[in-house]
Amino acid sequence: MKPFRVLTATAAPLLRDNVDTDIIIRIEKLVGMTDHSGLGRWCFGALRYLPDGSENPEFVLNQTPYRGSEILLAGANFGCGSSREGAVWAMMQIGLKAVLAPSFGEIFYNNCFQNGVLPVVLVRSSIEEIVSELEPDSGRGLVTVDLERQRVLSPRGKEYSFEIPGLRREALLEGLDDIGLSLQREAVIAVHQMRDRKLRPWIYQTVEVQS
Amino acid sequence: MAGRSMFQKIWDDHVVADLGDNFFLLHIDRHIMHDLGGPAAMLDVKQRGLRIRNPELTFATADHAISSAQGRLGTTETGIRLLNGLRAGALAAGVRMFDIGEPGHGIVHVIGPELGLTLPGVLLVCGDSHTCTQGAMGALAFGIGSTELVHVLATQTLVQPRPKTMRVRFQGAMGPGVTAKDLILHLIGTIGAAGGSGYAVEYAGSAIRRMGIEERLTVCNLSIELGAKMGMVAPDDTTFGYLKGRRFAPTGALWDRAVAHWRTLSSDDNAEFDREVEIDVDRVAPHVTWGTSPEQVLPIDGVIPDPGAMVETRKRTAAIAALSYMGLEPGKPIMGTPIDWVFIGSCTNSRISDLRSAAEIARGRRIATTVRAWVVPGSEAIKRQAEAEGLDRVFTEAGFEWREPGCSMCLAANGETIPAGQRSVSTSNRNFVGRQGPGARTHLASPAMAAAAAIAGHITDVRSLDVASWSVA
Repeated sequence: MKPFRVLTATAAPLLRDNVDTDIIIRIEKLVGMTDHSGLGRWCFGALRYLPDGSENPEFVLNQTPYRGSEILLAGANFGCGSSREGAVWAMMQIGLKAVLAPSFGEIFYNNCFQNGVLPVVLVRSSIEEIVSELEPDSGRGLVTVDLERQRVLSPRGKEYSFEIPGLRREALLEGLDDIGLSLQREAVIAVHQMRDRKLRPWIYQTVEVQS
Repeated sequence: MAGRSMFQKIWDDHVVADLGDNFFLLHIDRHIMHDLGGPAAMLDVKQRGLRIRNPELTFATADHAISSAQGRLGTTETGIRLLNGLRAGALAAGVRMFDIGEPGHGIVHVIGPELGLTLPGVLLVCGDSHTCTQGAMGALAFGIGSTELVHVLATQTLVQPRPKTMRVRFQGAMGPGVTAKDLILHLIGTIGAAGGSGYAVEYAGSAIRRMGIEERLTVCNLSIELGAKMGMVAPDDTTFGYLKGRRFAPTGALWDRAVAHWRTLSSDDNAEFDREVEIDVDRVAPHVTWGTSPEQVLPIDGVIPDPGAMVETRKRTAAIAALSYMGLEPGKPIMGTPIDWVFIGSCTNSRISDLRSAAEIARGRRIATTVRAWVVPGSEAIKRQAEAEGLDRVFTEAGFEWREPGCSMCLAANGETIPAGQRSVSTSNRNFVGRQGPGARTHLASPAMAAAAAIAGHITDVRSLDVASWSVA
């Protein structure tokens, strides 16, 4: 996993609430998928393309200079819906590295951290302020997301603080994933199971009852 | 000192390590894999040079990508590859798989409770957001992503932040024609699709206590549509009665010991919750969604909302986009909206009581000639039970298609889709843009409401029909 420290980049506003994971990536693009690289084309498909398959000029990521934005300024409950991690993978394929939103779908939020994408919770009014700075110069102003200091900087330099839990923050800064760390805890896992087997033996007896 | 909630008790039982900052390493008691995520995860474990730590605690079944056509004809090449991948991976790892055609096969969240795998007090995960369904058994159950899935396979644990707690009390009695589905849709409409975000939700109250397990499963199923990763119901005699004698439930002395433990799991009387919500069930009518988020929902006698009358800009913008996608006019009654498709199935509403309730509406009637209607049972066992009761014939005689168990048109991962621009009434859980196929328009409702719509050819109030069981007070 690539570390995430400080990112200064173009930010695109997509302020509608409840952008769900079906909008981010349709399930059939993930069925049997073995390689993430093809997913970018289908990211935000329901918004990005017109029914005839051509690009929807109204969609922000189809507009200059937002195309290729690395930061998304989003509405509430972003990434709600399914557990598909493909939603994060598809966003990574179009270059998105951070999403700022008032709230997130919880499974999507967890999936971001597993892939080095930073989800930042900011109150709606802060996001709207940042967007209001972007729009007059058509998005040319850059936004900075600084994970080390836990600050977002608007194009005009206004600071907004955010919080990422220590464990998640360190993992992102160092590019570490949970699996490696948890494997090192094998001894405590074994002890837990040994104790639990005595307390709740039925959990571990998963052989079918023969009638 | 405040008592502990059921959530807190089950959570505490599973803490392997406190990682600080409200993060915990949790033991996973049960893990169910399906065809979409399972094969890739098992391959990932292998490629990382790891092994499945506790194959006896993981179970597998194919539901997402298989065809629901008779004989499974129409399963795509990819679907077959995934099915075979799951079979081969499970066999090699020693994971018990429930294959198509055998009792035990079905939708992951249907078979967990049905087989007695999902017990009170367990912590269960699955790579599917509707895992919250299984919290109805008195379990902590939630959906996880692909990387988390590999974590579970390799370590039998998961790193999670502890959510806040919410209790929703459904008080009162459901009127005729009102179902568990209507209660949960009403709740989502009341507190919003992000209302439960960050919370583990416990459903309580007199209406929940009176419900059977299958209705509780329907309520918990839509927790994720409320924004909550976990929803649960305290286990009681209804739960124990449902589980006793199921294939993987404990037996003999172990059963008694388990039940004694399960009886301690309910929230203490003095437990405190971060948020409490109360719903007056007597006033809830059958519900149907009008938009593209489950929070965009109405009582059946309501009118399609006018975005112009909405004060909040973001709600107005969302409503305008939703109405345009759905092809609906503000101010018109939702009743009478013509439909093209009906889908009865999914982990929300595909259990035997759902099928009985839809069949009661269908019996002796015919679906409208303009409608195509599918019934997709949730599992092989449900399918066989329904056939033993003659429900399949009730449906087919009324013009419905009776199909094989699986996820089918709930998420259209198997190629079964509603054509663009067509309108469906569906007993599933998501009315998202394109959920049932690109351009498809979905209205969520209960099985009885869906069956009534199939017969009328338009969205209708099931209470306008003469239904025998309702007159028996």
